[in-house]
Amino acid sequence: MNTQSRREFLKTAGLLGAGIAGIKPKEAAASPVNIVSDDRMGVLVDSTVCIGCRQCEIACKEEHGLPVGSLDDYMDRTLLAEMRRPDTTALTVINEYPNPKNPDQHTDLKVQCMHCDHPACVSACIVGAFSKQENGAVIWDESRCIGCRYCMVACPFQVPAFEFDKALEPKIMKCDLCYDNRTSKGKLPACVEACPQNALIFGKRYELLQLAHQKIQDRPQSYFDHIYGEHEVGGTSWLYLSNQDFASLDFPDVGTEPMPGATEPLQHALFKFFIPPVALYGLLGGIMWLGKGNKAEEEE
Amino acid sequence: MMHEPLEPRPVKTKFFTPTVIFITILAINGIIWALLRFVLGIGAVTNLDNQHPWGIWIGIDVAAGVALAAGGFTTSALVHIFHREDFHVLVRPAIMTAMLGYTFVALGVLFDLGRYYNIWHVPIMGNSTSVLFEVGICVMTYVSTLYVEFFPVVTERFMGRVRMGGILSKLNRAVDKLLRWIDAFLVKTMFFFIILGVVLSCLHQSSLGTLMMIAGHKIHPLWQTPIAPLLFLLSAISVGFPMVIMESLIASKSFGLKPEMDVLAKLGRFVGPLLAIYLGFKIGDMAVRGTYVYLSDLSLPSIMWMVEVLFGVIIPMRMFFWDKVLQSRPLLLIASFLAIFGVFIFRFNVFIIAYKPPYSFGAYFPSIGEISITVGLISIEILLYRILAIIFPVVSQPVKRLAVNAKYKVQGVFR
Repeated sequence: MNTQSRREFLKTAGLLGAGIAGIKPKEAAASPVNIVSDDRMGVLVDSTVCIGCRQCEIACKEEHGLPVGSLDDYMDRTLLAEMRRPDTTALTVINEYPNPKNPDQHTDLKVQCMHCDHPACVSACIVGAFSKQENGAVIWDESRCIGCRYCMVACPFQVPAFEFDKALEPKIMKCDLCYDNRTSKGKLPACVEACPQNALIFGKRYELLQLAHQKIQDRPQSYFDHIYGEHEVGGTSWLYLSNQDFASLDFPDVGTEPMPGATEPLQHALFKFFIPPVALYGLLGGIMWLGKGNKAEEEE
Repeated sequence: MMHEPLEPRPVKTKFFTPTVIFITILAINGIIWALLRFVLGIGAVTNLDNQHPWGIWIGIDVAAGVALAAGGFTTSALVHIFHREDFHVLVRPAIMTAMLGYTFVALGVLFDLGRYYNIWHVPIMGNSTSVLFEVGICVMTYVSTLYVEFFPVVTERFMGRVRMGGILSKLNRAVDKLLRWIDAFLVKTMFFFIILGVVLSCLHQSSLGTLMMIAGHKIHPLWQTPIAPLLFLLSAISVGFPMVIMESLIASKSFGLKPEMDVLAKLGRFVGPLLAIYLGFKIGDMAVRGTYVYLSDLSLPSIMWMVEVLFGVIIPMRMFFWDKVLQSRPLLLIASFLAIFGVFIFRFNVFIIAYKPPYSFGAYFPSIGEISITVGLISIEILLYRILAIIFPVVSQPVKRLAVNAKYKVQGVFR
């Protein structure tokens, strides 16, 4: 029954172990680019001055090669009342809400990817297709993506959109902060450049925060005292000012802990030098080996 | 021994029965929908949208599929690592089911991937912070390990019997030699693959529980727990033996064989305590986090949680502690079904019911296409089980003539 001696068992185990260590995907598995630079850029959205003209939507579509359609359609304000989300046809949209401070007016709010400081999509992506660039932009690399949509599961704001209608080469689409053609070259994002009201301000994130706090301090009657994005999920590059509680503007209560905060320590504990798997392997091997010895004695 | 000696041999039965024909129709329906999915895209066949990126192809085909294939590593650990030779007859069917199960998990993933043809990116571009990467790489490695663990059955079947016709007949001798070389190699090294299989299983069964943790507040608090990996692992371990029992009872009925009731009853004795440990952690977690407050609101998640725990854990646990159940074939089958249901619905709850996107424009309900492909995959899996059991010596049967050629007796891992 037992053709092997214990010595042989150990020898084979050692040899095979060395072999498998060689092919383990340890070196191949690298962490993606995920830079939280002190000088990272951001956009401050002051929704109290936004008039909902949707020039940002048009500029965004033109910049990203998406069909703009008839410009007259953008005048139709009834559309704004129904909540829309960014999708594969529009990477940013404006939604309209009642204004509690002035019933004659509305609160208009542009939504798009928040460009988190600790992005869940970057942490989650199985092939590292997402990255957080030095200027703060969270971008998606088409050449890596396998279309698993785990980024969409992970995103606290449910932003990444997937081209469900494409049988081949479906894309994950979201705001890229105009990284490729604009912000990586020191230019303004298309939406910021298009905004006629200065409701969107592009700048270094820490400066935007100072500015936002200053605005609240200067005109406390106009603002709800909260900068959405300052601490949400550990901070985001896009920051929002509003005249009312963000909960009534469909902004989710996501807490202040970074989304990858719960899973990454677990992952790292598991994979740090492969200690837990190797220890489990050793334990099971030990049990098997000892049992083998007992069995051999019984048989003798 | 008072029992007749048993030996795994190819099952002698005709392939088609009315049930098999019905399952074949389901399989063909699934294949048609699968073609549509690859021609028209995911959106045309599924009810998935930007708010609901994952549906039953991930929740059932992958998450539940992986859990229900746990019979392989639990049985091989019991027999080979803890040396419980008395359960030997169960190893081959368990390994084969796990092999089929994981193969279909991998296939199921391909349906769901938008760029399935880029699957090879995973091992070379893998992101070490991604839980999905860990699950993916472990599943890939474990599928290969399962093929290695099953290979002695192939060598046993064909060693000395390689008779390819026509032009290939010249290769017969070489193929036979190769099989013998592989067999001799596997006899020496199989223990390595057995332990590897158990380690990989523990890793990805638990990581599957970590998978949805990154979704944070989008997962209902009843299931969003830091010990999710532990609960997933414990539930997978507890469902392994019920799966083996269920398969054994159904296969023996389908093949017209006598079920190994004494072995199955003995195996069933492990299930009660395993379910109790899992239940202990599940309830303990609830008490510590105070999530029982959500049970009183009688929403869909809270009802599904109660169904999961009552019918899927508590009732089968009580049944497996009961001698009468262990001795009775129908009751043992029901208890096993309930335990399997419990783990199935646990995975379904975490991946489908618990997931609530922050912006919802309607609930997700699987489309006919999604259901057809899921049912089709399971049907093809059942048909393959039948085909493999007819071709290969997997299912143990009473030996009528004892003087079998010793050379072709049980090989390698199954020694």
